[in-house]
Amino acid sequence: MTAIPAERERFVPEKSSILPSLERFRFSRKRGNAPSPCFYAIQDAKPLRTFAGIALSIALAALGLLPGLSQAAENRAELMQAHRGGTVRVVSRSAGGTIDPQINYAPLYWSYYGGIYDGLVTFRKAGGVDSLVIVPDLAEAMPSVQNAGKTYIFKLRKGIKFSNGRDLTTDDVVASFQRIFKVSSPTSGTWYKDIIGADACLAKPDDCTLDGGIVADKSNWTITINLTAPDGEFLDKLSMPHASILPAETVARDVGIDPIPGTGPYAFESYDPNKALVWVRNPHFKEWSVEAQPDGYVDRFELDFGLTADAQVNAIINDQADVMFDQPPASRLAELGTKFPKQVHLDPQLAFWYLPLNVNLAPFDNLKARQALAHAIDLKAVINFFGGRNLATPTCQILPPGMQGYNAFCLHTKDPGSKWTEPDLDKARQLVDESGTKGQTITILTEDGEISRNIGSYLQSTLNSIGYNANIKSISGNIHYGYIQNTNNKVQISVTQWYADYPAASDFLNVLLGCGSFREGSDSSPNISGFCDKDLQAQMDKALALGITDQAAASELWAAIDQGMMEQVPLIPLFNPKQVTLVSKRMGNFQYSKATNTWAYTLGWVR
Amino acid sequence: MATEPAFGLALPTSTGHDEQTDARARGPWAQALHRFSRNGSALIAALVLIVVIVASLLAPVYAIWIAGVDPFSSNLESEITLGGERLPVLAPSTEGLGIGVMPIGPTWQFNAYFLGADEQGRDVMARLLYGGRATLLIGSLSTAITLVLAAFVGICAGFFGGWIDRILSRVLDILWAFPVYLFAICLSIVLLNSRIELGPIVIDSSSLIIPIMIIGVIYVPYVARPIRGQVLALRKSDFVMAAIGLGVPPHRILIRDILPNVLTTLIVFVPLMMALNIATETALSFLSLGVQSPGASWGTIIRDGQSLLYSRPWVSTAPGLVIIVTIVALNILGDGVRDAFDPRAKLRP
Repeated sequence: MTAIPAERERFVPEKSSILPSLERFRFSRKRGNAPSPCFYAIQDAKPLRTFAGIALSIALAALGLLPGLSQAAENRAELMQAHRGGTVRVVSRSAGGTIDPQINYAPLYWSYYGGIYDGLVTFRKAGGVDSLVIVPDLAEAMPSVQNAGKTYIFKLRKGIKFSNGRDLTTDDVVASFQRIFKVSSPTSGTWYKDIIGADACLAKPDDCTLDGGIVADKSNWTITINLTAPDGEFLDKLSMPHASILPAETVARDVGIDPIPGTGPYAFESYDPNKALVWVRNPHFKEWSVEAQPDGYVDRFELDFGLTADAQVNAIINDQADVMFDQPPASRLAELGTKFPKQVHLDPQLAFWYLPLNVNLAPFDNLKARQALAHAIDLKAVINFFGGRNLATPTCQILPPGMQGYNAFCLHTKDPGSKWTEPDLDKARQLVDESGTKGQTITILTEDGEISRNIGSYLQSTLNSIGYNANIKSISGNIHYGYIQNTNNKVQISVTQWYADYPAASDFLNVLLGCGSFREGSDSSPNISGFCDKDLQAQMDKALALGITDQAAASELWAAIDQGMMEQVPLIPLFNPKQVTLVSKRMGNFQYSKATNTWAYTLGWVR
Repeated sequence: MATEPAFGLALPTSTGHDEQTDARARGPWAQALHRFSRNGSALIAALVLIVVIVASLLAPVYAIWIAGVDPFSSNLESEITLGGERLPVLAPSTEGLGIGVMPIGPTWQFNAYFLGADEQGRDVMARLLYGGRATLLIGSLSTAITLVLAAFVGICAGFFGGWIDRILSRVLDILWAFPVYLFAICLSIVLLNSRIELGPIVIDSSSLIIPIMIIGVIYVPYVARPIRGQVLALRKSDFVMAAIGLGVPPHRILIRDILPNVLTTLIVFVPLMMALNIATETALSFLSLGVQSPGASWGTIIRDGQSLLYSRPWVSTAPGLVIIVTIVALNILGDGVRDAFDPRAKLRP
């Protein structure tokens, strides 16, 4: 996903907890990790589809563990009886644009699509590490992966209805994948470009058929997806809202404010971008998988727009609202953490704040100038702007803790090692002198948000202290991200952040610094630095390919790439943030999905 | 030549009143000064303004010699000693969840963060004083620009009439058609986006010249209009007609007859326009469209403290109060100046 405001939270798993979640896709060890038609995309936490797995399940059942599941179901029924009902009022600063799940790419509605729409697979509806597991959703089971990872076969569940009462069929699945291209979904050219027929669809969206790419077998209720090349992250991409399955008759254009029926436990009731978005129970919903799409406890959700972050905080502490979408203002964190600690939830994120340095413009076209700034910044001081060390962790690298390939290191600090210690201003000044860039003018571009502006002011002060003439420009957060990406705007340095769409090293390194991510003159050029190193790109391509066959080797390679990138300093990482969510006193069972960086709202209750 | 003295148009024709006799004897400027010196409110306002100006001018003395701080640099890691205790300027919360970092509040000790710190750990008092320099400088220079331009345009339009008047009046109409703040914001956005290069003259986007010019220009119609009206009246007055009839060159009439009579109006406008310009400057700076970081003006300090309104209200309220005091003082002073230079005041008991 594009860089998004701090409100869109991403999980930073604990080191000990990350491996299971990031190694979902494994090859049978018996097959020596060789790519073959017998490649298995099997999740660690899912029932194993191998003979050994089935045998293990039988053994567990025999040992009496399966009755435990029955007990869990009973407990859930009791909880449902005790807590079902009520209305939750969510508050946010503004509306999030179109309600179309295949077009919208903003964090606000992505947080709530999960209870409205379903894909063939999804991230488990749970909090913490559990949410990182991909589970079958509209598909009966995880797909059978064939043809060396290029073919995925899903068997569709029967008996599922859309909120308009119509039955889900394989036609809806085919039409939904076609619609991704017909409406020019923001990720149609990236995430789904490897589906056979996607090239033609991208060229002529209106005529998109995906012939040979999406094949439905109506009699067997199966959907076969054929790819042009193996994609180790394809199931992640199918779990995103853009791959939601919608009724086949849905118009092939942006629906704007007219909600599309979905299959989840809730359905949008009304949407007024100037006022509120309301969703209520889907009368046709019958729970088919507690993991994929549990029935919700709450009857009705009202998302009201137009409240500043301060007003949202006030609404919560005055019992006028239940959840605030936006991050509380930094100036009120101490108050909230002291007076309302039970109502505050802190969740780590797969994200980082960073400073993209334009390697094609002076002075940062000079490696020593980039290194100088990296040495000069006091990361410990910078995290104060985000709320202090309990909300942000200084980082010197691109991959966040817990991410595949993460190996802690810090090159640009007083004592280089595994972590940042303190700034080295003497070395910074020396590097500036050596670079011959001393006295040059640098304009820092920040968005007008509190944190970004404060970091920009600090950066200005730091740049001035090492010999530059820095000034700062703040522009609206609505246009900032597009502006800093466009090379025509000649942005030398900016303050921004990146929140992973899904947990993969490539979603950081390849997206932010890959040669293919740099598009001159485009507002959609996530490689803001304009950095392209052929050797590192070759390594990234190798790591992507290796990820399908050998996750461990791929991880090692990603770690080396991470360090290789930071030796070139195309960007300066600042910190890995945590999400702060303030909820009302009555809000129970708040759980934060680490996979989607959103509140798993179907699990919460207010009664 | 039938040149009348300044204020001459409105001087009373009756005689026999001691005060009026004295006034004639003192001359119009002395009369005005005399009247002003008897206006207690205006004197107090002038005193307040002098205090504000002197305090602002002494900003470096406070920052360097008293507080020992750099008000334009981030100061995130430093500590101060207060009552024998070392305190961080930016203190991480240690209670509850331990989240949030709070700048030090007012110490009310003149040599150490008297009004506390902002989110960059900068001394608010020092920035307030430096901010006063910027705000008052912009306010006064932009006022000068407004009055000079307005006088030139108003006098030319009113005196020459014809196509000159029509063109100038339409230009003023166009400027007047824009809501003043919207106009100022538009100009600021355009001019602050990149530095201005006019041949050898290069104006950096962070230069104070930009807000000075913007504010100076946007209020020209508000002053030029009444000046034009006054000049139109003067143009038809006997002494000007007589001068024209005697063949006195126009530039001489303008300088010797028109300008002295218009000057009083301009003087009355000075404090009023300055108050207005200060308010405009603070508004633009609050919107990041005036004084640029790390520079300080009262408007930027209010903006810096906006996010601290709940926890450190003095960061915003201190410059807010100073703005109120200054503008009220300028308005009272303006009333006093108007009363002093308005001859009708003599008719008052």
